[in-house]
Amino acid sequence: MSISSSSLARLAVPLLSLSLLLAMLMSLRIGTYPVPTLTVARVVLAWLLPAGMAPASDWSEAEWVAVTIIRLPRVLLVCLAGAGLGLAGAALQGMMRNPLVGPDIVGISAGAAFGGILAILLDFSGPAMLAAAFAGGMVALALAWTLSRLGRGGGVLPLVLGGIIVAAFFTALNGLLQYVADPDSKLPAMVYWLIGSFAAASIDKLVLVAPPIVLAGGLLLALRWRVNLLSLGELDAASLGIRVERLRWLIIALVAMIVAAQVSASGMVGWVGLVVPHFTRMLVGPDHRRLLPASALFGALFLLMMDDVARTLASQELPIGVLTAVVGTPVFAFLYWRLQARGWNND
Amino acid sequence: MTRDAIAFTGLGHAYRRDEWIFRGYHGRLAKGRIMAVLGPNGCGKTTLLRLLLGIAAPTEGQVTIEGKAAFVPQLFQVGFDYSVLDMVLMGRAAKVALLAQPSRRDEEAALAALDRVGMADFASRPFHHLSGGQRQMVIFARALVSAPEIMILDEPSSALDLRNQAVILERMAMLAHHDGLSVLFTTHHPHHALSVADDVLLMLRPDHAVSGPVADILTEDNLRQLYGVPLKLLGFEHEGRPHRTLAPVLTPEVILERGRS
Repeated sequence: MSISSSSLARLAVPLLSLSLLLAMLMSLRIGTYPVPTLTVARVVLAWLLPAGMAPASDWSEAEWVAVTIIRLPRVLLVCLAGAGLGLAGAALQGMMRNPLVGPDIVGISAGAAFGGILAILLDFSGPAMLAAAFAGGMVALALAWTLSRLGRGGGVLPLVLGGIIVAAFFTALNGLLQYVADPDSKLPAMVYWLIGSFAAASIDKLVLVAPPIVLAGGLLLALRWRVNLLSLGELDAASLGIRVERLRWLIIALVAMIVAAQVSASGMVGWVGLVVPHFTRMLVGPDHRRLLPASALFGALFLLMMDDVARTLASQELPIGVLTAVVGTPVFAFLYWRLQARGWNND
Repeated sequence: MTRDAIAFTGLGHAYRRDEWIFRGYHGRLAKGRIMAVLGPNGCGKTTLLRLLLGIAAPTEGQVTIEGKAAFVPQLFQVGFDYSVLDMVLMGRAAKVALLAQPSRRDEEAALAALDRVGMADFASRPFHHLSGGQRQMVIFARALVSAPEIMILDEPSSALDLRNQAVILERMAMLAHHDGLSVLFTTHHPHHALSVADDVLLMLRPDHAVSGPVADILTEDNLRQLYGVPLKLLGFEHEGRPHRTLAPVLTPEVILERGRS
C-alpha cells in the first residue's frame, strides 16, 4: 500500500493543525516573563472575542502586554512566514520536478535583501523599509524572467539559471552596500537583518505583511492540483490542455510575493522552504493536493519551534536564519538520503 | 465524402532558420479511421505530433483539427510516485477550472476509464510500481478520461513485449471501429501499421512524405527507401483466413554482408 493512501496521510492535516495550535499556545507562554497556559488562553480569548463574550480579566497588565503586544504579533508573523515558505517550497519543487529547489531559487530572497539593506543605508524605516524589500524581490523576479526569456526553447532550466545569475548579482550588490555602510551605525543593523530575526515583530508589521502572504498563499493552495500537472513535465502537461508557461509564471509570481513579504518582515530565513516540503512529503505522499496544505502547516510549526529556541536558548536572542540553517542542513542531508525511495522516484 | 478529423497541408518545422526537420508535408486522417506514421529515428515524428496537437506552432503550413484530441505520450517516468488513480485523474485537466480541484465526478470518470482498459484493480497502486505495459494502459486510460474524439499516440508499443504490443493494437482497433474515434499513431513496426491501420504516412525524406491507404503506400519499395533495409511483404493463411505481414530480410548472411560493406 502506498504511503499516500495510508491513514497517516489522511490524518496529517488535522494532526498538524492541532500541533500548530498547541505550539502557538506554548509559544505565547514562554519567554523572559512566563505566563501560565490557562492565563494565555484566557487572554487570547479576550483579545479575539467581542467585549461581552470575553472571559473576566483576572490577569495582570504585564501578562496582557506580554501576550498580546509582545508575543502574539511575533507568533502570528512567524507562523505566516513559515506557512508561506513551506507552501512556496512545495509548489516550486513540484513544479520544477527538482528536490533541490527552494523558494529563493529565482533570486527573490537576494533581491528583497538588497531592498532591505538599501533601506537601512538610506535610513528608511517601518513601511518604507518593507516596501523597499518587497520591491527588491519583485525587481529580482522581473530580471530572472527577462533572462529566462533570452534562452532558447523555454523550460525550467533557463529560469533556474536566470535565478542563479540574479541571486549572484544581488548578493554582490549586498556586499557592496555593506562595504560602503557606516561600520558603527549602519553595518551591524544590516548584518543582523541579513541573518534573519523576528525580534522586531509588531502588529504594524503583521498588518503590512499578512495581505500578500495570505493572498498569494491562498491562490497557491487553490492551484495545488495544477502543480501535479506541471510535475509531469512540459510536453505532457501541455498535451493535457495546460498552458504551461503561463501557469508556471503565475506560480512563480505568487512564490515571489510570499518570499518578498517574508524577507521584508524578518530578513533572510533559509532552508525552511527546502526542508519542510521533503519532510511533509514523507508524511502525506507526493500528491500536491495534500502536500501543499500540510507543508504550510508544517512550515509554520517548524519556524515557530525554531523561533522559540531562538528567543529562549540563550540570554541573548539568536538569529533565526542561523538556527534554521544549522538545523536544516543536517536534517536535509538525512531526509534526502531517506527519500531516495519515497516521495522522489528514481527508477 | 468522409470528413477529416485532422488535415495538414504544406506543414514544415525548423528549429533554426533554414534547418528544417521536415517541410512540405501533406496528410489527412478521416474520421473513424486509423493512421500510422512511420519514419526512421530522428525524422521528426514526435515533432509532427506536437504540431498536430497544437502544443507547438508550425514554422509554415496549416493544421486543421476537428474534435477534441487526447495524447498518449511514449512511456515516460514520473518524478513523483503518484497513484494510478491520480495519474488518470490528470486527464480531466481541461474539464477542471483553474482554481478548482477535481470533483467526485472526475474521480468516478477516472475509475471508469481505468475499468475500460482493465486496470480498475490498480487504482490505488503507485504508478511507478507498474510494468511498462500496465503503465501504457494507465496513460491510455488518462487519454480516454477526457472523452476525446481523436486519439494521438506516440510509439505506443515501443518498449513493450509482444503480448502487450497486441493489447495496445487491440485497444486502438476498438477505439476506432467500436467507439468511432479517429486514431493516429507513430510506430517503428511496419507490421503494426499493416495489422490495424487504414492509412499510413511515410516520412521518407525531410522534404517528402507519402500518405494514403495502407495497401497503396506500405510497399516493399517504399519501406526499403524508408529504412534502407530490404523488407518482404508475406501473405499466408492462418486458421483458414488470409493474412499479410511484413518482415525485414535480415538473415545472418545478409547482416554479415551489410556489416562488411
